[in-house]
Amino acid sequence: MLEMTVMIVGVMLCIALVLNLWRLIIGPDIVDRILALDTMYINSIALILLYGIYNQTPLYFEAALLIAMLGFVSSVAFGKYLLRGDIIE
Amino acid sequence: MSFYTELLISILLLSGGVFVLVGSIGLLRLQDFYARLHAPTKATTLGLGGILIGSMVYMYHLQGYVSINELLITLFLVITAPVTAHILAKVAMHHRVKLIERTSNQDIVEIARKQLPVKVSNSSQKSHLKGTDHEV
Repeated sequence: MLEMTVMIVGVMLCIALVLNLWRLIIGPDIVDRILALDTMYINSIALILLYGIYNQTPLYFEAALLIAMLGFVSSVAFGKYLLRGDIIE
Repeated sequence: MSFYTELLISILLLSGGVFVLVGSIGLLRLQDFYARLHAPTKATTLGLGGILIGSMVYMYHLQGYVSINELLITLFLVITAPVTAHILAKVAMHHRVKLIERTSNQDIVEIARKQLPVKVSNSSQKSHLKGTDHEV
């Protein structure tokens, strides 16, 4: 039962990633693109955790933590660059 | 692994996946940037929270102890998601991203937008105003 559930949730997450990619392509403003990229980071964290359940290993938690930190820092850096014209003043 | 444990993990994973999918559909379908900003934040908190708790229960049954990594990821995401949303909303306000017409209180937006440059550039005028106003 659990393998079936992991497969179903994986398909849902992949559909969610494709929808985010669609918003990333068509986004009318640049802020929409940053938001879509941030959501793609979040969905990829979920997908990596699901892959860890599928492979029965806790090894991927570090990768998920790294992606979470890098996603936050990159989104804030994009936002600061658009606000001030510079990242670190 | 017993049946009820698998059922619990499956329910957590499925609810998390449904929330993430609904957040992404909202990101694609809503009309306005400010409405779109609200959709994936729920996906972060509820969807990824559900998947993380399901993964935590599964790893507890796999290893026999609860590791701290899942809790760290949850804590980090819960802390950083509102910060990102706030910064993106501020960027959208200063870049004059279009609102839909039935947004209420649209006249406040211009006032809120003009507060930041006044505070940074006119420091001499600000001290002058302070000298006249606040000594009373």
